[in-house]
Amino acid sequence: MATELKVAWGPRKENVYLGKSTLRMDGAEKASGQAKYTADTNPKDCLVAKLLTFKGGAGKVKALDLEPATKVPGVKAVYAFVKVGDDLNWDGSLVAAVAAERQEQAEDGVRAIKFAFDAAAHFVDEDDLATATKLHNDQTADVLKKYPEEVRKLADADKAKLSDDDKKKLAEYQAALTAASRIKPLGENTKGDVAAALKTAAVVHKGYYGIATISHMCLEPHGAAARFEGNKLNVNLSTQNVSGTAGQFAGPLGMDQADVTVTCLYVGGGFGSKFAADEWGVAAAKMSKETGRPVRLMLDRATELKVAGTRPSGFAEVTIAADKDGKIVAWDSHHWGSNGGLKGGTLNLAQYPYVFQFDNVNRKATGLMTNAGPDRAWRAPPHPQLCALTDTAIDDIAAKLGKSSVDVFLANIDKTNEKLQATYTAEIKRAAELIGWSKKWHAHGKGGAGPVKKGLGMAIHTWGGAAHAATCTVRINPDGSVESLSGTQDIGTGTRTAIAMVLGETFGLPLEAVKVRYGSSVYPRSGPSGGSTTIGGVTGPNRRAALAALSKLFDVVAEKHKVKGESLKAKDGKIWSDGKEVCTWKAACGLLGMMGIETQGEGPKNDGLTSAQVGGVQMADVSVDTETGIVRINQFVAVQDCGMIINEQLAKSQVYGGLIMGIAYSLTEEQILDNKTGRYINADLENYKLPRIGDIGELIVEMYQPDSEYERGVIGLGEPPVIACGAAISNAVANAIGVRVPTIPLTPKRVLDALKAAKA
Amino acid sequence: MRSFEYARPETEAEALELLAEHGGNTAVLAGGTDLMNLLKRDVIQPARVVDIKNVSSWREIKRHDDGILIGANTTLDEINEHAISADYRSLIDVIDGIRAIQITAHGTLAGDLCQLPHCWYFRNGYGLLAMKDGESLVATGDNRYHAILGNSGPAKFVSASRFAPPAIAWDAKVRLVTQTRSVSEGVETVSVKEEWLPLEYFFLTPKTNGQGVTVLKPGQLITHLWLPAASDTRSATYEVLELNGLDQPQASAACCLGLDGGIVRQAKIVLGHVAPTPWIAHEAANWLVGQQLTSDIAETVGRMALAKATPLSHNDYKVQMAQTAVKRALLKATNQLGEVL
Repeated sequence: MATELKVAWGPRKENVYLGKSTLRMDGAEKASGQAKYTADTNPKDCLVAKLLTFKGGAGKVKALDLEPATKVPGVKAVYAFVKVGDDLNWDGSLVAAVAAERQEQAEDGVRAIKFAFDAAAHFVDEDDLATATKLHNDQTADVLKKYPEEVRKLADADKAKLSDDDKKKLAEYQAALTAASRIKPLGENTKGDVAAALKTAAVVHKGYYGIATISHMCLEPHGAAARFEGNKLNVNLSTQNVSGTAGQFAGPLGMDQADVTVTCLYVGGGFGSKFAADEWGVAAAKMSKETGRPVRLMLDRATELKVAGTRPSGFAEVTIAADKDGKIVAWDSHHWGSNGGLKGGTLNLAQYPYVFQFDNVNRKATGLMTNAGPDRAWRAPPHPQLCALTDTAIDDIAAKLGKSSVDVFLANIDKTNEKLQATYTAEIKRAAELIGWSKKWHAHGKGGAGPVKKGLGMAIHTWGGAAHAATCTVRINPDGSVESLSGTQDIGTGTRTAIAMVLGETFGLPLEAVKVRYGSSVYPRSGPSGGSTTIGGVTGPNRRAALAALSKLFDVVAEKHKVKGESLKAKDGKIWSDGKEVCTWKAACGLLGMMGIETQGEGPKNDGLTSAQVGGVQMADVSVDTETGIVRINQFVAVQDCGMIINEQLAKSQVYGGLIMGIAYSLTEEQILDNKTGRYINADLENYKLPRIGDIGELIVEMYQPDSEYERGVIGLGEPPVIACGAAISNAVANAIGVRVPTIPLTPKRVLDALKAAKA
Repeated sequence: MRSFEYARPETEAEALELLAEHGGNTAVLAGGTDLMNLLKRDVIQPARVVDIKNVSSWREIKRHDDGILIGANTTLDEINEHAISADYRSLIDVIDGIRAIQITAHGTLAGDLCQLPHCWYFRNGYGLLAMKDGESLVATGDNRYHAILGNSGPAKFVSASRFAPPAIAWDAKVRLVTQTRSVSEGVETVSVKEEWLPLEYFFLTPKTNGQGVTVLKPGQLITHLWLPAASDTRSATYEVLELNGLDQPQASAACCLGLDGGIVRQAKIVLGHVAPTPWIAHEAANWLVGQQLTSDIAETVGRMALAKATPLSHNDYKVQMAQTAVKRALLKATNQLGEVL
């Protein structure tokens, strides 16, 4: 009879690896430069490709002649992304690619291309709803004037009955309307009675809040290195989606997906922007096919910033009201923003205000269509923006009441997710202890007598982090070695280490004994690494498969040694029965015969190994130089729950990384689109300002992990710590100087402008 | 980047010969910390890059003519570590503010003085003056980092040099050399033409895209910087740096002060990153002479230095920043600067 092993995590106290700290297994490879990223891929005879991009706000391709590039020494292939007549809707739009023996030759080839465009009107001011609305109305009126009523009426007619001529007229009219469009109403709704609540409120505050667009700015840009071996395509892709991208190459290349292998062992940053093969990846593969040579195409820095993903902006006019105890009684908001790509999207109406479900709410959303590169998921989409536009308003109402924002957040915790209320309360109290809130706190604007003012701020967040769908294979080999195989990826979070820890714990083996094979699309499919789904996605299936394999091993050991399977345990490289050593792991595996054991794991399942939904609290202690506008972080505290922790050091490392990205977008980092030229004018590492190590301040991270969290099973952690930074830092600055700097990042310019406006 | 000839002279004469060819369409590679960016972005297209690092006579710091001489190849680290630079506190302040080992290990003082503007229109290919169809892109575009003084003409960028303000405040001179050829009785003579120019006259505000930002002619370069004896002069530079690491200042000010019993007897104040050239605040400095330098007086001097500022549409904030830089440079030079960020 087969040994039954309950699918569960073991008792917390008995864990050897799980919940403890272990260094990343690939740390030395990365630190020593042995780790090969896609950008490092350089097989023999590899061609290097460079891109011709559009440098303007909007336009239409007037001429495109690639022929001169083919005459440039070293150039082996050219590729067009657009044709004459195509629209170029944002700065950095791809026009053509050139592959050559050397990078410089490819650049010469790019310069040789004859490319011309007719400029078109652009609009890029994402915060300027008034101008966008006026442009929209004026341009739409022009279109309506231009097309006679009989054409406009065609829109209501039965399309099937339209003549070809009418169809053409209608298409032209509709295209003109689309081109004229600058805003898109995205709904409004009402809950309770805001007007009545405002009348009885103790305090009412009207505020304007904003958060700028940022780019993903992956240290390793997006890109691919493609090579054909016969009819089979191998692609090294810088991706968060090893198992899901082969088909995106196969389709455009007209080949079977089964003939495409995607590989990625290391990624230099993705943050949600690397799920696709992308048009440049396909271009590399096509040029490889054409030349019979490997082709590597990585985006240059400017293009990486312009077209490889942005986190959308958000701006809001908010009226918030509270009773004398700080309980929020009304919320009224209109928010807008742009997600680029002429898509007209903005933050989801239903998610705003963030975390808190107030009783009386009016809300409205408007999307702007701007000539900017399209958005992609950016860590915790779109929670950082929602938090920045919500918790700032809550902080302002606290200031108006003369209360500490800790007290006001606590007074409203009953309006958060019922399951998280106790967690939030405990985390707020702990974070306040860690930052010394009660000792340091002062009323808004009482930050000191000199030019440098100090202040405190806080914010709270939430995230799902449920496991994604994934499978894996686990093997116990007759020689005692064990393997895990899955088409997952380690995006720097320590996925490989986490898998080894799960197998090491389950089998009672040292981590080095576990061979983790991942990062190839030939392995069992695993989900894309986005939305904090990977840790649950890989640990669940590996634990299930490992337990199934162990059960089979125990069957064999039980039979051989005449003990009960249920009495067996694997620990310290040995098999034990009721505390007595039965045999070594190796000896046990020696009983397996040539084939060993192979099991499959899948997930997610409702067996308690994984779950979802975390909270998290962050507090900032900042200094503001009111004469220069410079903001510095003194301390930043994060208290974060995430269910059961696999590796505490890696978990903390995730939080540190999140905080650093959060501080970046809070203080200095932003996409600057120049409305004059339509250009992404700061698309370089000098003017796209990322913090230096000296800008980070002291980070204090504490994982909230009572036994109740362990019992929840594994929940993802990548997103939550990056969410509340903007609001916490903005609130701390407001506390320091007594003035709300409305838009994040809080650059010296914005701080000085806000101080001046407040004086006027 | 495009192909170019690379030359590596070892003597001054060789260097000048190599720089003079190609009609002077040559570029000097000293530290290279900005030249590489300009080449990669295709902002400049020299036919030849002349790497001057091996001209040993240009790599020195020594006492000279009652002052000190710093060769154009001397790196910022070498200046920082040299005993005789310590008296020139305002120059060391700038080195301290660079906070990037890559720049201090390779960058040179002369290279900094010759840096082209960091104006984002210029660096994105719109030309030095960023004019399009006869209109300044800067005037109505995103000018948050542009000039607030001396910006009435077509040039609205800010001078990129971080060392020019303190060096001008010290009344520094630069040695400029170029190759000259003269023919006499059928015999060509090649010689080195040398001139010593006060640094404050080195910078120009161009009126057309063809003009440069300095007096340097094609084939000409700085070989040395001379600073007068430091004696009892107090000096300081204050740069407003958004990032606590490598960053371009958004405004800066440097001063040299002669004090007598707490009274200012001599003063020179130079602002950086506020105008197309380093900006000397003559009136404010003259007013300061005869005053006891207090925090209030320093504040007043800051306001006077910026009294004629003409901010553009998006950079009014820089007026406050530059006033603060002046005030803080004065207080720093006299050890009165309190807690700042």
